[in-house]
Amino acid sequence: MLQNVENFASHFFVLGDPMIYGADVSIVLASAAIVFVLTYYKKWGYLWREWLTTVDHKKIGIMYMIATLLMLFRGGVDAMLMRTQLIMPGMPFLKAQHYNEIFTTHGTIMILFMAMPGVFALMNIAVPLQIGARDVAFPYLNAISFWMFFFAAMLLNLSFVIGGSPDAGWTSYAPLAGLTFDKGPGENFYLLALEITGIGSMATGINFFVTIMKLRAPGMTLMRMPLFTWSIVATTVIIIFAFPPLTVDLGLLLFDRLASSHFFTIFDGGNPMMYVNMFWMWGHPEVYIVVLPAFGVFSEVVATFSKKRTFGYASMVASLLAIAVISFFTWVHHFFTMGAGPGVNSFFAVATMIIAIPTGVKVFNWLFTMYQGRIRMNLPMLWAVAFIPNFAIGGATGVMLSVAPADYQFHNSYFLIAHFHQVLIGGTLFGILAGMYYWWPKMFGVILDEKIGRWAFWFFNIGFYVCFLPQYWLGWMGMTRRMYTYLPGMGWTMWNFISTMGAYMMGTGFILIVIQIIYSILYGERDLTGDPWDGRTLEWSLPSPAPHYNFARIPTITGRDAWWTMKEEQRKGITHSEEEAPLKPIHMPNDSGRPFVLSVLFFIAGFALVFTWYPLAFVAFIGILASLVMRSFEYDTDHTISVEELRHSEAAYGRV
Amino acid sequence: MKHTRMSTYAWIAALSGTTLLLPGCGEQVLVFNPVGPVGMIEKQMIILSIIMISIVVIPVIVLLAMIITRYRDKPNNTSPYRPEWSENRTLEIIWWAVPIAIVGVLGTFTVQRTFALVRPPGNTDNPLTIQVTSMDWKWLFQYPDQKIATVNYCEIPSNRPIQFVLTSNAPMNSFWVPQLGGQEYTMPGMAMKLWLEANRPGVYYGSGANFSGEGFAHMHFNVVARPQGEFDQWVQNVKASAPPLTDRQYATLAQRTIVQPMTFSTNQPGLFEKIVYQDGGMYMRRDLMKGKIHTHSGTD
Repeated sequence: MLQNVENFASHFFVLGDPMIYGADVSIVLASAAIVFVLTYYKKWGYLWREWLTTVDHKKIGIMYMIATLLMLFRGGVDAMLMRTQLIMPGMPFLKAQHYNEIFTTHGTIMILFMAMPGVFALMNIAVPLQIGARDVAFPYLNAISFWMFFFAAMLLNLSFVIGGSPDAGWTSYAPLAGLTFDKGPGENFYLLALEITGIGSMATGINFFVTIMKLRAPGMTLMRMPLFTWSIVATTVIIIFAFPPLTVDLGLLLFDRLASSHFFTIFDGGNPMMYVNMFWMWGHPEVYIVVLPAFGVFSEVVATFSKKRTFGYASMVASLLAIAVISFFTWVHHFFTMGAGPGVNSFFAVATMIIAIPTGVKVFNWLFTMYQGRIRMNLPMLWAVAFIPNFAIGGATGVMLSVAPADYQFHNSYFLIAHFHQVLIGGTLFGILAGMYYWWPKMFGVILDEKIGRWAFWFFNIGFYVCFLPQYWLGWMGMTRRMYTYLPGMGWTMWNFISTMGAYMMGTGFILIVIQIIYSILYGERDLTGDPWDGRTLEWSLPSPAPHYNFARIPTITGRDAWWTMKEEQRKGITHSEEEAPLKPIHMPNDSGRPFVLSVLFFIAGFALVFTWYPLAFVAFIGILASLVMRSFEYDTDHTISVEELRHSEAAYGRV
Repeated sequence: MKHTRMSTYAWIAALSGTTLLLPGCGEQVLVFNPVGPVGMIEKQMIILSIIMISIVVIPVIVLLAMIITRYRDKPNNTSPYRPEWSENRTLEIIWWAVPIAIVGVLGTFTVQRTFALVRPPGNTDNPLTIQVTSMDWKWLFQYPDQKIATVNYCEIPSNRPIQFVLTSNAPMNSFWVPQLGGQEYTMPGMAMKLWLEANRPGVYYGSGANFSGEGFAHMHFNVVARPQGEFDQWVQNVKASAPPLTDRQYATLAQRTIVQPMTFSTNQPGLFEKIVYQDGGMYMRRDLMKGKIHTHSGTD
């Protein structure tokens, strides 16, 4: 009996690695601390009422943002560990297996559990406010999206201490990720976590597309929408078309692993190359899913901090939509070396280069938005300006990679690693950070401290170049990705050392951002105006943080840069009659605990399937079904805010 | 602020530094020191692409530096401020047209070279075929015409095109010898072809470029190029002195191990085809039966 328990425990818990024991201890301590604090300050009720059951897009956005920063920390620690292992040849710091698990979780977490929620955070925070809406189209679904993502992230992170992390790379190529070559439960964690978060992402895509199409304030035509909102339109279209192939792909691999089917095995006619094709049918559009919103943020930030209208608005919109469409015709460039033949390779090489055209156009438009403006270098603008040279180089190396014959030399080398980190960090992460600094006052009513922020910026930005520029060189020297160790005498040692130093600098930058946030919450400048940057779009017309019903009166839009226009008119003394119109009752959705419960049930089902505990999975699925049925019989789903209540709360903002 | 300007200057310095370094690349920058026609073509394409992208990247960085120094929001800034100026057809036509032209040029060369590289380079009268199998975690090289085999190293005659025929009996990998030319995947159930040639005798670093599990980092090998005479001599020596590659030996090799270089005086006729066929290979079966895939000799 005892033997059985021991056997089970040794498979269930990850044993034998002191670093993981350390993590076990810290997880237990952190959880105990959270429980203690919540109990001691009697905050359980508050947590449940205000956050776990909320359907308010602004609060959901804040929760996404917190999750993003936590996951950035987790993925960043992974990156530090990897760079430490590669600091010199033959480092004994990490074993091959451990290294493989770390780079797998690093990639998975950064793309799906850091970049994606970062983008969703900004969408949730800004889009309804920018288009003059009171909420998203499906607030209840929005809460489900968040909790699905959150519990999927927890499921993947759990693999670190229970069962073992996935180790086949973030792309999880079959047949390496199949049952023949990978017995452990790590791959199951990967597949189930991605399937669950995929449900949330798909729902967010549909939700925001409908929101933007249907809930715009009167007068806000498509060509008057802020560019950030436009970038979200393009993004949601990509999400809606890109996620199905991923869901099917991972689902089939899950069948291979759990039900011994042969879709992607190397025996019985399985076709592992089909896995790769379908993965990148999602995977390439995915890079635009995370970078287009960043483009949107930069468009807002550059115009606001240059005190100028965005240059070439029509071009900006056209290029966003062009990128969204062409992004589906480039996936083969991830495996030019798979021998698809010169015709296919040529098509995808040229299609990939074509994507650089609209992207380049955007860069020039940003430059000319600044031209003849008045540029203020606040933190959001600092990250936006740093993005431009960064992305110019990252985009340029992307064009180099698209040249198929050259790609035969770059593929899977450190040149590729340097390129995609340059665009994903320099594009997406800089965008998320710029957006975070930009909308932080709107979220919390607090302006993040400039001084610490500048230190963080310089550490992160310089560290970034020190880390990744040597990696282009390493690629040319023949170093391939995912090597946990390398030979001395190849000339790689010095460049790896420099690169690792850069990674440490970036880590320091991240810590400074955390210090900055804590310091600012305690002592930072409060935003009392609601418009700290002299903004141009509607969200700045509201107090910070915005009331839960967003707009007491829905504004009528008369032009692009709606808030800027209103401010100009105010200065000229023009008033509109509707601003004085009587307040009307507001119809709002009820909070609900069910999205949380539903996602916990998905988590339990996923966890049970990882270990093939089918009875438990069955019970969880019954629970999921029950939740869905209960929702369909729920009639009391919304409430009305009365005029008195509204007048009362608007008076508190000093806005009646 | 001053910081941003400094960073831009540092940028320009770093970029021009990189450009200056390129011609004087050390021997160790393998991609820029090709020894055969394939690697040479690929190097030319890399240099062409660097030149083409510089046409956009350099002006962008220079413009950015100029604009953010000139248009700062300072009380005494006298440079023009036009908050409503947001359209200019001529400018927009320029920056739609220039990238289109660049992609036109680069795309044309890319298509042409992509087609060129599936044909054998240079003189193709007497190519040598080498069958390559990536295994867990080692490389098996079989010489069907010489009837010998090696593990984790490969000898080739210089100045003679080599047709590598690639497959895998394990997770897919990628066969890469940077100085000879770019890589190609080794995939279970497929027989893929890659032409390479060394113009100079020498020892060239090769590795598996696609992650295939725990022993992946140790999957490097040397490609030793010698003049034809020396190569023939080496083949004779191998035949005379090395042990044969038996079924049992192959079964041992197929295990998940990391091994030192090995040499065998025989190959196993049909072994390569068997690997391709048994590891799935369903969609290669028809081609194999029709004899469309010459895995052991000749050209296309």
